[in-house]
Amino acid sequence: MKTVMRFFKSLFLLELLQGMRVTGRYMFERKITVQYPEERAPLSPRFRGLHAQRRFPNGEERCIACKLCEVVCPALAITIESAQREDGSRRTTRYDIDLTKCIFCGFCEEACPVDAIVETNIYEYHGEQRGDLLMTKDKLLAVGDKYEQQIAADRAADAPYR
Amino acid sequence: MAEIRNFTLNFGPQHPAAHGVLRLILEMDGEVIQRADPHIGLLHRATEKLAEQRHYVQNLPYMDRLDYVSMMSNEHAYCLAVEKMLGIEVPERAQYIRVMFDEITRILNHLLWIGSHALDVGAMAMFLYAFREREDLMDCYEAVSGARLHAAYYRPGGVYRDLPERMPQYATRATKWHSEASLKASNQNRQGSLLDFIEDFANRFPGYVDEYETLLTDNRIWKQRTVGIGVVSPERALQMGFTGPMLRGSGVAWDLRKKQPYEVYDKLAFDIPVGSNGDSYDRYLVRIEEFRQSNRIIKQCVDWLRRNPGPVMVDDHKVAPPPRAEMKQDMEALIHHFKLVSEGISLPAGEAYAAVEHPKGEFGIYLVSDGANKPYRMKIRAPGFAHLSGFDEMVRGHMLADVVTVIGTQDIVFGEIDR
Repeated sequence: MKTVMRFFKSLFLLELLQGMRVTGRYMFERKITVQYPEERAPLSPRFRGLHAQRRFPNGEERCIACKLCEVVCPALAITIESAQREDGSRRTTRYDIDLTKCIFCGFCEEACPVDAIVETNIYEYHGEQRGDLLMTKDKLLAVGDKYEQQIAADRAADAPYR
Repeated sequence: MAEIRNFTLNFGPQHPAAHGVLRLILEMDGEVIQRADPHIGLLHRATEKLAEQRHYVQNLPYMDRLDYVSMMSNEHAYCLAVEKMLGIEVPERAQYIRVMFDEITRILNHLLWIGSHALDVGAMAMFLYAFREREDLMDCYEAVSGARLHAAYYRPGGVYRDLPERMPQYATRATKWHSEASLKASNQNRQGSLLDFIEDFANRFPGYVDEYETLLTDNRIWKQRTVGIGVVSPERALQMGFTGPMLRGSGVAWDLRKKQPYEVYDKLAFDIPVGSNGDSYDRYLVRIEEFRQSNRIIKQCVDWLRRNPGPVMVDDHKVAPPPRAEMKQDMEALIHHFKLVSEGISLPAGEAYAAVEHPKGEFGIYLVSDGANKPYRMKIRAPGFAHLSGFDEMVRGHMLADVVTVIGTQDIVFGEIDR
């Protein structure tokens, strides 16, 4: 009896048809494919993407050149030089992040005591030539100025957990 | 009479079925493998040496990059080793979060395995189904850590942040492809917290596993390609140092979660699936059952985490940095923050070995400390390395097409083998 059953099962391709039923069912189901770039997958406020430097609401840059991010960076991607400004405050004269070295671990943001260096939720950027992915202080501040609203909203959303 | 010589075939390192950068030198007699010689080292990044120049927390993101399909399990082994040397106890909530994400990682890893293994063997559709579920789990990873792959979420002393109360949602503006109602339907399971999302996934997932089984388990082509391929006897599996599903597929019920329970595994109910023949098909069945068992563990963890809020990091600011609000208010907390970021933690002189049941087997970290804030030496015990060492024995006498099956069944990832 068992042999007969097995014979019929294998003759009528039962297991293959069952598999094809799964495929057939999904042909008519709601499509879940996200059509990037017109559609986007959701991003959490914790997302770690392109870096940015923030400013205080009065326009003063936040970074105080304490160099904690430089020292905590596991990939040694951050280079900082600092000097005293005319008004006596301590500021960076050079703040470079080499995005080709960066491993996007988020430690710089964790280390920063003044929330100056942050990782935004921007993940689409590119460089066309050598050096384009070396983020200088000006570039970082420009990113920060442009996306400040989003950055501030994300930090506020995640503040209770940090 | 003409002399018959074996034919030598180069397989990889650019072969799509070589799972990364495996280079095999195959000595063939016709289409039958006489000898297989795996060449490794093409992805060598000297992680062990790099670790000697970075303090203990800085090493953590490098652990993600070892086995880059089961990131949090690697971090777990590392954190356990550091905690063992420090002699600290992690808060229970952090332990449950770690266990839950370990099992999510196991499902992630096995999903990639089943997708690519079936794709190599010729079942194209599996890949798409597996990646659909991976996407949900990736969203869990991203919601909790901010990265879809390289999480850097576990820390010595706990986990970095508690689970978020809100899941990120899709934009609901109608597009050319999706109506507003359809996008709202995508958001349906994202209305609550991350735990709600994970629970919803855990409820759906057994049905998906049934689908995978419908597509593969009885399929005659799948069986022809896997039954009796790469047979390893239990004795040889033990001798060659196999662990994980490679060992359990041969019928040895060895699982560190049961044999040397770490974290809260001894409080959770789950079973260890064991094969009997030690061939590729049995290992497939073992991993399918691990899907279901991991899902069971996740459900228990979700249930516990719902009921028990609490700290997720040790309250010892010599090990874990203080919370940000405190750091900005309190001078002592700020000093702790500066010291931990710049100098890091120093471990007492000595050595420790901590291993976890990684999706691929026993993943261990052996740390030697001379009392400084950096490891004196770190050794990584990668399960894939032992498995690949047994590769020659597993494929000898098989056909060329079976090489691909054996690579798939070993679940090789080069990040951990080359380190």
